[in-house]
Amino acid sequence: MRRFCLFILFSLFPLYGSKTVTITGSTTVLPIAQYAAEIFMQRNPEVNISVRGGGSGVGIANLLDGTTDIANASRPIKEKELKRAKEKGINPVATIIAKDGIAVIVHPSNPVTALTLEQIRKIYTGEISNWKEVGGNPGTIVVVSRDHSSGTFEVFKKMVLEGEKVRPDAIMAASNKAVLTTVAKTPGAIGYIGLGYLSSDVKAVKVDGVYPSPESVVSGKYKLARPLYMYTRGKPSGVVKEFIDFILSPEGQKIVKELGFVPVRLPEEK
Amino acid sequence: MKRESIIEILLCTVSLFSLVSLMGIVLSIFGEAIPFFREVPFLDFITGKRWYPTSEPPCFGLLPLLAGSIVVTIGAMLVSLPIGLGTALYLSEFAKPGVREILKPFVELLAGIPSVIYGFFGMVILAPLVQKIFRVPVGLNAFTASLLLGVMTLPTIASIAEDALNSVPVTLREASLALGATKWETATRIVLPAAKSGILTSIVLGAGRAAGETMTVLMVAGGAAVIPRSIFQPVRPITATIAAEMGEVAMGSVHYHALFALAAVLFLSTLCFNILAERIKGREG
Repeated sequence: MRRFCLFILFSLFPLYGSKTVTITGSTTVLPIAQYAAEIFMQRNPEVNISVRGGGSGVGIANLLDGTTDIANASRPIKEKELKRAKEKGINPVATIIAKDGIAVIVHPSNPVTALTLEQIRKIYTGEISNWKEVGGNPGTIVVVSRDHSSGTFEVFKKMVLEGEKVRPDAIMAASNKAVLTTVAKTPGAIGYIGLGYLSSDVKAVKVDGVYPSPESVVSGKYKLARPLYMYTRGKPSGVVKEFIDFILSPEGQKIVKELGFVPVRLPEEK
Repeated sequence: MKRESIIEILLCTVSLFSLVSLMGIVLSIFGEAIPFFREVPFLDFITGKRWYPTSEPPCFGLLPLLAGSIVVTIGAMLVSLPIGLGTALYLSEFAKPGVREILKPFVELLAGIPSVIYGFFGMVILAPLVQKIFRVPVGLNAFTASLLLGVMTLPTIASIAEDALNSVPVTLREASLALGATKWETATRIVLPAAKSGILTSIVLGAGRAAGETMTVLMVAGGAAVIPRSIFQPVRPITATIAAEMGEVAMGSVHYHALFALAAVLFLSTLCFNILAERIKGREG
């Protein structure tokens, strides 16, 4: 019994005098934050970082409630959230920590290799509903989209749909992984996912003549790209600043690249 | 004596816990749902045919989501009712004790499988099969979801119906057999009608389980907010909508309150299922 108490005491001990950082938000940003936090904690044993998902909306809500120090977001803060922040006297500051390309994917057996933004828009709004209209084999196009409140959908909506609505009978998948699985298993499907999720089970198409890759995203040639944010209350300071600086450092950006995302800046050529 | 009264107070407090939790949940669901109806007229909500919560202007129509929930629930019942009742009838009337002891645990084991596993199985194995066999554009649809939900509600229906059949007095069966009825006639004309209310309860509880199931439909139903014209179209049940959209929604927005309004609809309908089940049970008395 006494040994057990000692054990409890010692396992609690590191928490005393340690600095705790809480990170919550977008599941797209989650792997970056998780990986970076692990390395950061190894280097700075006195720091304790807890990383959680929940989604961009949850992250920002928690930031405003004061229950998280950093809010991960795959979209910029919304008007409404900014208003709430002002009411609470909080100034949310965004730091772009990485970029993410959105790849448009089809089944590997699909002969279509390139689409224009215009064609993608028409497919998603329902104006085009057969593959033969875009140079493929005749067959119904199964449109796979992300849920209305996902950050990825928000960016897709802004950049591709131009304010129009996705056809109501589109499949709505709850995660990047679910889009990937659905498209991989459905010969007539088209979908879109974060660049980091791309795999050989599906085929990415060229958008406006450009193939999605980290290089084409950084150079700006690939149009379907978005910044990923970490929001803080006011300018980052203390441990929070150290952590964000770590992600922005060449080493942190290497992690970003390893995870399939795109660094904020192009790493210097060797 | 004194110690007994302390224990009594303690137990009373503990049993009040579920009541307090329920009250808290009800208050917060309805409390968060009310602001929604200040922005969107109630009639627009219950008669709306489109669900575009993040468009400008947004559409918050309940009908396609409600239709999704109803279609998969009915579909699930069509699958689980004949199989579940057949299982119950066989186990209680026909199976030899040895067979029963082997079969029954398997039926109950089915209830122990987490719904995410059903969902994963449906997404990766069943959906592509459905798509190939029925030559439909996509396997994530109301049909696939109904099949899975049917299997998931099977243990509920089979075990409650079997209990009901078992509680029919043996004397009834003996009387029937003594009058020259066959085993089959006894089972279907005597035992089944006698256990009617218990069987109805099993159906209502099974339907409630299917309507409230979230993870499986989120993964398998396809998620398209349309009133389906065919069973092979993707649908978006209420539960899946709430689960998929709550994570990313901006807190305090109309969309946020709309999800609570959906939760209120869901809560009221499962409440109806439970009250119905209680009343059927009560009638037997």
